Amino acid sequence: MTDRDYFKGKPRTDVNPVRILTFKIDGRDVTAREDETILTVARQNGIFIPTLCHLDGLSERGACRLCMVEVKGSDKLFPACVTLPRQDMEVMTDSPRLNEYRKKILELLFSERNHVCSVCVSNGHCELQDLAVTLGMSHVRYEYLYPRHTIDASHDRFSVDHNRCVLCLRCIRVCDEVEGAHTWDVMGRGILCKVITDLNQPWGTSETCTGCGKCVHVCPTGALSEKGKSVSEMSKRRQFLPYLEMMRRESRK
Amino acid sequence: MEAKVHRASESLDDARRRFVDRTMRRHGYEAHALIETLHSVQEHFGFLDTDSLRYVAKSLHVPLSRVYAVATFYHYFSLQPPGEHTCVVCKGTACYIGGASDILKGIEESLGIGPGNTTEDGLVSIVTARCLGACGLAPAVVFDGEVRGKMTPAAVLDTIQRWADHDADV
Amino acid sequence: MTLTFEDLQGIARIEEDRQEGFRHRIHVCVAAGCLSCQSGLIKDTLEKEVSRRGWENWCNVKGVGCLGLCAAGPLISIQPDGTYYQGVQVSDVSDVLDSLGGEPLSRLDCSGQLPFFQRQKKIVLENCGLIDPERIEEYIGRAGYEALYNAVRLMTPGEVIDEVSAGGLRGRGGAGFPTGLKWTTVFKAVNGTKFVVCNADEGDPGAFMDRSVLESDPHRVIEGMAIAGYAVGAAHGFVYVRAEYPLAVKRLRTAIAHAERFGVLGNNIFNTKFSFKVEVRLGAGAFVCGEETALIASIEGRLGRPRPRPPYPAEFGLWGYPTLINNVETLANIPSIIRRGGSWYSGIGSESSKGTKVFALAGRVNNTGLIEVPMGTTLRDIVFDIGGGIPGDARFKAVQTGGPSGGCIPEQYLDLPIDYESLAEIGSIMGSGGMIVMDEGSCMVDVAKFFMEFCMSESCGKCVPCRVGTTQIYNLLCRISSGTAEPNDPARLEDLCDVVKRTSLCGLGQTAPNPVMSTLRYFGEEYRQHIEDKTCPAGVCQVGGVGEV
Repeated sequence: MTDRDYFKGKPRTDVNPVRILTFKIDGRDVTAREDETILTVARQNGIFIPTLCHLDGLSERGACRLCMVEVKGSDKLFPACVTLPRQDMEVMTDSPRLNEYRKKILELLFSERNHVCSVCVSNGHCELQDLAVTLGMSHVRYEYLYPRHTIDASHDRFSVDHNRCVLCLRCIRVCDEVEGAHTWDVMGRGILCKVITDLNQPWGTSETCTGCGKCVHVCPTGALSEKGKSVSEMSKRRQFLPYLEMMRRESRK
Repeated sequence: MEAKVHRASESLDDARRRFVDRTMRRHGYEAHALIETLHSVQEHFGFLDTDSLRYVAKSLHVPLSRVYAVATFYHYFSLQPPGEHTCVVCKGTACYIGGASDILKGIEESLGIGPGNTTEDGLVSIVTARCLGACGLAPAVVFDGEVRGKMTPAAVLDTIQRWADHDADV
Repeated sequence: MTLTFEDLQGIARIEEDRQEGFRHRIHVCVAAGCLSCQSGLIKDTLEKEVSRRGWENWCNVKGVGCLGLCAAGPLISIQPDGTYYQGVQVSDVSDVLDSLGGEPLSRLDCSGQLPFFQRQKKIVLENCGLIDPERIEEYIGRAGYEALYNAVRLMTPGEVIDEVSAGGLRGRGGAGFPTGLKWTTVFKAVNGTKFVVCNADEGDPGAFMDRSVLESDPHRVIEGMAIAGYAVGAAHGFVYVRAEYPLAVKRLRTAIAHAERFGVLGNNIFNTKFSFKVEVRLGAGAFVCGEETALIASIEGRLGRPRPRPPYPAEFGLWGYPTLINNVETLANIPSIIRRGGSWYSGIGSESSKGTKVFALAGRVNNTGLIEVPMGTTLRDIVFDIGGGIPGDARFKAVQTGGPSGGCIPEQYLDLPIDYESLAEIGSIMGSGGMIVMDEGSCMVDVAKFFMEFCMSESCGKCVPCRVGTTQIYNLLCRISSGTAEPNDPARLEDLCDVVKRTSLCGLGQTAPNPVMSTLRYFGEEYRQHIEDKTCPAGVCQVGGVGEV
């Protein structure tokens, strides 16, 4: 179907048109394409929902559980990053209950590894730190687990500090989906999960790493950083992702 | 002499690798054969060694890190060579209620190793299982593939001792 | 080879004649439980002795699946007399043969355990212990594959689904989703390629129903899968079975090979356009792979991590195609429902839950083993009548159902008729059917700790609340059981349980706190004793180094 068909008075023939629907976020009327998530629509409308594992341009995991929202008529909580809106749905992104759950999840994350901001290269540029400030997290009510993790500085330009890792797996996704190298993956399971390169070998010895550094720049914390940066010096640049995504979309057309 | 031994072990490896190849071929070398292939490797090699992981990754066109991730995610797979004998202590609910932790405690006191480890001389590996399904016989222990029910710490240590004695005789 | 109905009946008749040709049939249980107490040796000895005496023509010895009473193994039964012998040893063999046709041997006879055998209602287990699981003829001899014939030759897929819906069958994997509805969803999915998956990744510690069914009557599951395939429009099935069950895997593979040889699997089944193939896929030791989306990922050779639903596997499953996932027991019910009708099935059971349920009875109970009872049977009947009560007259304390997703049910609910709803109301779940009986020698804090340790190490690690929350709960429980807890720790526990339950991604995390919450609810006093008095009433925990050392 081309624009010209309209002038010839031909009716549309594609059988599955994308539907547009309207629903409410925090009492505001919003419209969405049926394949857009609640999170996407909220962001389009300037409504803040905290996220950690989500990153524009990467696939969704629905794993950090910070973007949980309430839906009127349901007692359940829904992850905004993977939930599609329905017509006339009423979504609440902010309530004392939600804020409490989000804070607890954040505190669990802080208790999991050794996040010592004062000595971290990403201090001041860290998404985890920012979330703690935004959500008003004042202390961690859970016991710190103090796991013993190592720092791998074998790569000549980058280093990985597992003490700061929140297992958002953005590094794995960007390496696989954008760079196409699939150097990273996650070994083990449960609390013993750890991101690895190749066969759990030092990063510097990896045969598949292209050294592109995308993983470093999508990392929300100081877990992945450029070498030679001192405390607070590591700020991340990730403008490339939406560009890459846009260019790929164009080239597919 | 040394070279000969080396060649013998190589041809053994070749034979075992053929079994692994057969599994991959049956699944058309598709990436979804990864777990089935790792089962095949473990069955014929006793554990997943690094060379095999590389070989499987290359043959199935699966990234190395994904192979390692799968091998460590599933607890059935082991990256360590097993001991000469294996003793699997069931830690299902019925066995736990029936005293499986006493058995493990007994083993630890006597051999000095916990579950997932092998004695220094490579004689015995201690493994725990999430329910063997022999709950009627709790607590159950598997000695080299043979399930024995209603076990006590003393009976388990007795069997392990017999392995040690037998190996000393040979 | 393509079978006709006459062929099927012919095989059944020949088999029946063969069976009736034997004056005595000795069934030796060769399921995993009895095999581990040397029943294989007993079967061999019996066979040798029979041929030494030259009795082969009228005395038949065969290995059969689970006879149920695993505690008393090795078990044998003498048919057609219906005598059961327990704890049979090799030295008993000639005495057993000598007594054939006369009085049963009183020292081995366990037919006195009548309630155990009589109080049950067997549908799923109707052939267990009667047929040789490695011979397809015996299954056909018991009306096997008749339901498949009826379905593909005489019914439309819609009629098959209606029959299942009319039966009121609900998923036996734990959640109790109506099976007919699930089938309809997959049936309605438009895509041409579809799959049927049988979930045999029985990961609950303390449950062995699926293993027993696969070891004792594998054809029943295959037939159920084929009928499901016909109903939803799938031509390919997978059985995802635990690698820890080597015997079940072996028998299942044998059964598939036989079914293919007989033409009840393969192309153009019973001369129709319907074709169906079944493949076995081995699990590799991950409890979370019982979750549908994780199971699919695992069959695809990937990490068994659940993904958010929707989309549900019924629309977007294996390799993106619509996929029907049913548990072993659910599928094992199907042939009976099709053969005898949905209204017959819905006549059994309780108001909301129809049919029977297989339970694996274990723990501190006399008759541990496999039982099948109608839904709505009370716990008292199960534990004290069928189960024969607690050994040594110890006091009953609780029953744990539903494994790591379930809860502990205290004495006050012994008379509750059990079905999906009633169990959920008192904070437990039906689960896959593990039932662990506990007496006063079991500590509830310790039991909660056991299950939390399980969930912690089985958590896939994907979502934060399950990964970190279960670890935090486990650490708190360790503190309580070691006597270093603080007075407000139960409140902390409840708070953590709430976070994990409300915010986790999949069923594993959402139900992981159940054992803790149900013990807190019914046995709060025991927690208090651990924390404040520093004692463990059951003498299990080493509270502050005192307790049982």
